[in-house]
Amino acid sequence: MSPTARDDATRVVLDAPQIQRALARIAHEIVERNKGVEGLGIVGIRSRGDLIARRLQHEIARLEGESVPIGAIDVTLYRDDISRGADHHLVQITEIPWEVDGRTVLLVDDVLFTGRTTRAALDALMDFGRPRAIQLAVLVDRGHRELPIRADYVGKNLPTQRAEEVLVRLSESDGVDEVAIRPAGPRIAAVPGPGGESKQTARTTRARRA
Amino acid sequence: MSERTVPSAGRSEPPLLVAGGTLVDPVARRTRRADLLVRDGVIAAIEAGISEQLPRRGASTIHRIDATGLLVMPGFVDIHVHLREPGFEYKETIATGTRAAVAGGVTSVACMANTRPVNDSPAVTRFILERAHAAALAKVFPVGAVSLGLAGEQLAPFAGMYDSGIVAVSDDGMPVMDAELMRRALECAKMFGMPVIDHAEDRALVAGGVMHEGAVSLRLGLRGIPAAAEDVMVARDIALAGLTGGHLHVAHISSAGSVRMVRMARAAGIRITAEVSPHHLWLTDEAVTDYRTNAKMAPPLRTEDDRQALLEGLADGTIDCIATDHAPHHKDEKDVEFDCAANGVIGLETLLPLVLRLVEHGVLDLPTAIAKISSEPAAILGLPLGTLEVGRAADLAIVDPQREWTVDPSQTFSKSKNTPFEGWKMRGRAVYTMVDGRTVHEERPAGTHAKAGEAEREARP
Amino acid sequence: MLFARPHLLGLEGLTAPEIDFLLDSAESFKEVSEREIKKVPALRGRTVVNLFYEASTRTRTSFEIAAKRLSADTINLSASASSAAKGETLTDTARNLAAMRPDAIVVRHPSSGAPDLLARHVDCPIINAGDGAHEHPTQALLDLLTIRERKGRIAGLTVAIVGDVLHSRVARSNLFGLRTMGAKVRFVGPPTLVPPGFSELGAEIVWDLHEGLKDVDVVMMLRIQRERMNGRYFSSLDEYSRLYCLSADAVARAREDVIILHPGPMNRGVEISSTVADGPYSVIMDQVTNGVAVRMAVLYVLVGRRKAEAESETVDSEGGAPVALAAASPRRAATGE
Repeated sequence: MSPTARDDATRVVLDAPQIQRALARIAHEIVERNKGVEGLGIVGIRSRGDLIARRLQHEIARLEGESVPIGAIDVTLYRDDISRGADHHLVQITEIPWEVDGRTVLLVDDVLFTGRTTRAALDALMDFGRPRAIQLAVLVDRGHRELPIRADYVGKNLPTQRAEEVLVRLSESDGVDEVAIRPAGPRIAAVPGPGGESKQTARTTRARRA
Repeated sequence: MSERTVPSAGRSEPPLLVAGGTLVDPVARRTRRADLLVRDGVIAAIEAGISEQLPRRGASTIHRIDATGLLVMPGFVDIHVHLREPGFEYKETIATGTRAAVAGGVTSVACMANTRPVNDSPAVTRFILERAHAAALAKVFPVGAVSLGLAGEQLAPFAGMYDSGIVAVSDDGMPVMDAELMRRALECAKMFGMPVIDHAEDRALVAGGVMHEGAVSLRLGLRGIPAAAEDVMVARDIALAGLTGGHLHVAHISSAGSVRMVRMARAAGIRITAEVSPHHLWLTDEAVTDYRTNAKMAPPLRTEDDRQALLEGLADGTIDCIATDHAPHHKDEKDVEFDCAANGVIGLETLLPLVLRLVEHGVLDLPTAIAKISSEPAAILGLPLGTLEVGRAADLAIVDPQREWTVDPSQTFSKSKNTPFEGWKMRGRAVYTMVDGRTVHEERPAGTHAKAGEAEREARP
Repeated sequence: MLFARPHLLGLEGLTAPEIDFLLDSAESFKEVSEREIKKVPALRGRTVVNLFYEASTRTRTSFEIAAKRLSADTINLSASASSAAKGETLTDTARNLAAMRPDAIVVRHPSSGAPDLLARHVDCPIINAGDGAHEHPTQALLDLLTIRERKGRIAGLTVAIVGDVLHSRVARSNLFGLRTMGAKVRFVGPPTLVPPGFSELGAEIVWDLHEGLKDVDVVMMLRIQRERMNGRYFSSLDEYSRLYCLSADAVARAREDVIILHPGPMNRGVEISSTVADGPYSVIMDQVTNGVAVRMAVLYVLVGRRKAEAESETVDSEGGAPVALAAASPRRAATGE
């Protein structure tokens, strides 16, 4: 059972087994496209992209018997839309404990939306060195891109309305594996529960100025 | 000591009847319902029912003030005021300072000598009196300097200044550090029956301090002034008063230790009097929190224990009177780093409600509280003022004790705005102030505050 | 995880969660300084003014590096170079600076409370880099961070602060911060420099160094100002160091795993012996590193927020629901309006 209270309109689009299958498929595609895992490194975007990255690492290890080096980045400092306010979240540590130079870096996030997070992550990665290539894997692509960015590996393409909200919950942080869509509408500012809310709802939207 | 004679304006004005009020008599220490008749600038009669004896109509030559629900008090006597003129007219002038005084019900002020030039000569004394005469508001009694230029080295000419009109001597603002000079000042002032007003702070112990030394100064990282800085001076000057038989008046007493010593000295028969300021009665060093420079003064605001000792000293008579130490400063001298800010606060316009608050808090009864700002301070300077007696000058404060108002620095009559009581809800206000029977201030209903000058023209009852 | 205050004037009055938030942020920022490219674009286009009325190469440099690593532009104004020498008041200087629209002013001033005064006159964040004998909050934060890293906690520790506490803003900020975080604070020094009134602020007061160090987890040495040892507060520097120089002997009274902090610069042989300064307990270099991280965190939290407030407050994160109108509006250039 989800630890988070949910209104009736919220609809689950991926459940735990579906998420698991999507990640297994992505792992296959990664290995196939890169002809193995030689020179590969995985970097997850905090928060939740890093959790998915760890699962992909695990899936790849099951296929190849080899543990691909993994890292995590917090792109907050690179965003073009940082929202600092009373409700801002902590800047988390970035750790990529291996040389980025010359590697193929697999960037992992949970949801691909406007592309701005990916843009920030690309900038951040470049500050760590010069990767041979960067590939992007996401669990969900919900469309509405604002930048010329596309994912190399997609768990599920999810047509959404722009104002809808995509909620990704993972057992590591939220106690349950699921992806859900919540329709637009007035919301109460979410207070992260003990298990944490997904990052989308932990932030408040405000329309103070048009 | 003989009382000084105070010249009255002596104008010929129609008689004035203050009818239906409650008279507060600070000498008899009681209140009573009575009418009060003013004729030729003096109190001509105090009786119940004068109003019935006088014809209501046709008596066009009698002005009448309906004082129903109001308190009729002697005009207040504030023996510690800085009028800043000559020399610091950007802070205050004799005209604006006395305007502020009458707005607060204060009809007589003694003004300190730390002007520029210092009031250490008959010429400066005369200048002050001339300016006060021209302003024609509150009565002004200059205090002469103890030492030439307040330098603490040579005595100022007491005799010449006395003849010109000083009522006391003081280097207020600058403590007399030389004990021998203080001794001589007490001896010489005694010849004229004048007190030496003592700004009791040992400058070596002040040592550049800017607030009271204690937990708050340590917390704020501001250099502290120990209460002992005052105590050692009071102790020294009590010894000198004992030695000389002179009249020592301790200005703005602020520490529990000083109160104790004054009490003991008086019991020992030493001629000593003391005053306390309203801010030391109502504020503590906590008011300095956030580096509010309007809480910076010398001596500094002290602790709650000191404050309680002051209230106790006031109640048991150790402290004779309340004086404002009205010390106007320009905004530019206060809107600076705390270390650099000028010492002092204005007080004339907030004196009355802060004294009435003592009554509200049960520290003093009403007549005694009023005595502390009328008959008692007048007696210290030997002035025939501050009483409600037939034959005395009709200096009156007619007070609405229920009038509530909020201290708003932008509304002061004083040129300066440096009050630590900004935003305080006050109760009690002088609605008419009279000097020699002439109305010099009339308080109109809230929101239609008259400015100086304008009020003068419209203040006729 | 909140820090909603407009300024950082001191640690007094901050809550434990607020201090934790700044320390947690600082930990993340440490990593930036370990990168080859030690710069993130977070405060690109922001201007940070370092307004220093007292010479302080260390603190100023630390703030400058912190600002630069966040891509902010920095301007250094020192008292001699600014208008102070020409007699301009702090208030006027503040107004003039404010008219140039800086995004933060870092101020160091010899008068306690000067940052409070500035904060009343300008509308950008004020960061206190040391005011008189009042506070030096970023120094205390870096001390707290260093202690937390080395000890794994702050609550329950006993910290001895040794030296001229009376004139020390570092001591005050640490007192407030350490007490808020649950540590016990002991002030050690002669009564002229450690007046008993400090006990009312929650410090334990000990005059004897050996007794004062007994069983402490942390020793924080304060720098002795030579000019104060002029025969008024203490007879002489020699006399002072005879009683209060931190020797290996004295350190032996503390817990075995004691760490020793010093805000620098050190007077070797005066307040601290070289053996101790270079010894295994010394964490002085950690302090310097942590200083940059703490200042990055403070600048980021105060200035970054300002950026967001100046702009549309839409949050448009990946996957988040944008607000229809705001999402369509172009973001304004970062001019600090």
